[in-house]
Amino acid sequence: MIQLVFIAFALLSVVSALVVLLTNNVLYAAFSLLVTFLGMAGLYVIVGADFLGVAQILVYIGGILVLLIFGVMLTNQKGTKSQGRNDILTENTNRVIGLVVAAGMFGLLYFVFSKGHFAEVQASLFTDTPLKATTQTIGLQLMTDFVLPFEVSGVLLMAALLGAAYLSTKQK
Amino acid sequence: MAYISYYLLTSALLFSIGLGIVVTKRNIIMVLMGIELMLNAVNLNLVAFSKNDPSLQGQLFAIFVIVVAASEVVVGLSIVLKAYEHFKTVNLDEISELKK
Repeated sequence: MIQLVFIAFALLSVVSALVVLLTNNVLYAAFSLLVTFLGMAGLYVIVGADFLGVAQILVYIGGILVLLIFGVMLTNQKGTKSQGRNDILTENTNRVIGLVVAAGMFGLLYFVFSKGHFAEVQASLFTDTPLKATTQTIGLQLMTDFVLPFEVSGVLLMAALLGAAYLSTKQK
Repeated sequence: MAYISYYLLTSALLFSIGLGIVVTKRNIIMVLMGIELMLNAVNLNLVAFSKNDPSLQGQLFAIFVIVVAASEVVVGLSIVLKAYEHFKTVNLDEISELKK
């Protein structure tokens, strides 16, 4: 049963990622990227990361994709309005190079992953435990072992906020 | 079930697709989408490896990756808007000079 759910979510994310790769319409790409992120949130939950799955939905779908769609709308210059449609299309270059690079990267990763015996290594590191909610552990870890990266990421977010606000003001 | 091999395979596929998007598409926003896809593929590996880990280090690392990805896309989009204001295009091949 859980295998079927895994296959469904994995297919969902891979197929919609392929749609992002193959479509030329930027808005279609944004919406199928949304489906990809949903599928990946499902994959996180299957492997026991419930907090991260919800964070994925909140941050990526609620935040980043809305920002990307805003970016699409604000930079839409020459649509195809004259033909009665209003598609925002992207151009493609380097199709062959892109295919070669992507296939080469996949081949390299597949080679490494198949030679690496990661499953045995991971299984020998940890014993099987029943899945439980991770929120409490994540909160405790953020406030104890990971308090320095936590504070640094706060500074980083503020720097990003100030930088974005400064960059997007009109100055003559 | 050796679940981790399937997670590794899925994330390798997603990473390669993201790389293909970054190389082929010429719209800046599509390139940003490809970068997000690659960051997510890496996160999938981190989360898969941290299964059964009582201290959840992989998941915490994935959270910080999400934070960095969010700030990256915010700053990137504001730069895109600035470049669009200046060059009136979002085609990466036509944006080839630093100042005019």
